[in-house]
Amino acid sequence: MNEQKFQGYRRDNGRVGIRNHVVILPLDDLSNAACEAVANNIKGTLAIPHAYGRLQFGEDLELFFRTIIGTGSNPNVAACVVIGIEPEWTARVVDGIKALGRTKVAGVSIERHGDIQTIAAASRQAFEFMQWASERKRETCDVSELYVSVKCGESDTTSGLASCPTVGNVVDRLVEMNATASFGETSEITGAEDICASRAATPEVAEQYMKIFTEYDAFIKSQGVDLMGSQPTKGNIRGGLTTIEEKALGNLQKIGKKAKFVGCLAPAEAPKGKGLWYMDTSSAAAEAVTLWAASGAVVHLFPTGQGNIIGNPIEPVIKLTANPLTARTMAEHVDVDVTGILRREMTLDQAGDKLYDMMMRVCNGRLTCQEILGHREFVLTKLYRSA
Amino acid sequence: MVHFLAHGKDDSVGVAVVDLKAGQTAEGWNTEKEEAVQVKANSDIPLGHKIALADIKQGGTVIKYNCPIGAASQSIRRGDHVHTHNLKSKRWTA
Repeated sequence: MNEQKFQGYRRDNGRVGIRNHVVILPLDDLSNAACEAVANNIKGTLAIPHAYGRLQFGEDLELFFRTIIGTGSNPNVAACVVIGIEPEWTARVVDGIKALGRTKVAGVSIERHGDIQTIAAASRQAFEFMQWASERKRETCDVSELYVSVKCGESDTTSGLASCPTVGNVVDRLVEMNATASFGETSEITGAEDICASRAATPEVAEQYMKIFTEYDAFIKSQGVDLMGSQPTKGNIRGGLTTIEEKALGNLQKIGKKAKFVGCLAPAEAPKGKGLWYMDTSSAAAEAVTLWAASGAVVHLFPTGQGNIIGNPIEPVIKLTANPLTARTMAEHVDVDVTGILRREMTLDQAGDKLYDMMMRVCNGRLTCQEILGHREFVLTKLYRSA
Repeated sequence: MVHFLAHGKDDSVGVAVVDLKAGQTAEGWNTEKEEAVQVKANSDIPLGHKIALADIKQGGTVIKYNCPIGAASQSIRRGDHVHTHNLKSKRWTA
């Protein structure tokens, strides 16, 4: 029987987090410098610089706001100071975070003040939030209150043999324990889309998934290019993966053997209930994990073959590998070693126990390799060029 | 000691879990059939790369996880290294 309780942070809106960040969040690229200055002034706060937020429009703009607002309201965030170049969109982010039931959020804008005054005002606010956050206490929470995202990277054949099925083993357990989980990577299900559709909870969900998949597949075909080198990546190929179909069939092992997915989510959209959800994401690691963190996921399970070293500033990324070369040569990036499966010394259930146990330790506060090494890849998904 | 693993009962390729040497009789395990299988490696095959478990004609479908993973771009013999030189995706072909 797996341990079901952990010590987490219950937020003002009832959601449960496992970290207690005070985030200094830029609305746009122009505000990165001020955010980084505030994070330097106020120790323990976390600036999340990014490249966008200007002149985006339509669906791309909606995704941008959903991602930024979702990031600031993730349960791993105790409080958030938003800095933007102008007041209106800054307020849109602050109001968006408040609308999700979060109260410790404030905004400061730069125009008519300049960086130096902005940094002073935002630093005073961050100071107050930091002291407040330092007194938040962990309390007993249940695994059913967790939202876990899963995605693999720099996969190789060992991913499909062992590390992805290990994640699948844990996903099956999480769904049984009434937790929330999400997978995605639309392009990387190519060749396994029928199997994926067969795992939908209802025909409607299957249809919705196939519509998203077919549209993306048509987009790739419309480019008239050979994706060899991009999908599979050069690293995938070095690791022995040859085709997108082979990669996809390995990838999909992450959703386990039993769980059915109950719905489809737009990028960065929060799940509407418990259980397993498909999210329409890129297969690029940092982009995808950023979207899941913005949708409220608090911990990520990341199988790697050749050694993807990704992290995220908001949700801890737990990496596991079954590749003995990777486990040996990149040990500081590997939280869970499941190479024993390849030698037939470890069963899938044993590997699942090991990963589940590590996940609960991370939920209780153990730092992941990525957190210790400072990997904070925060990459916004851009749907098309700006106006 | 196991040298390669195969996923599905119908798979025409296995995955080397150690570096295989040309001429070596590799000991494999089919995880679905729970059955041992032996194949002589026709060339060096690095850890993680695929070894053919059956002869596959040019244009024939290569099977892994009991599913198609592409077509043989040249004929493949049992024991051959299977990778980008002799296996191509059937998807996204420009």
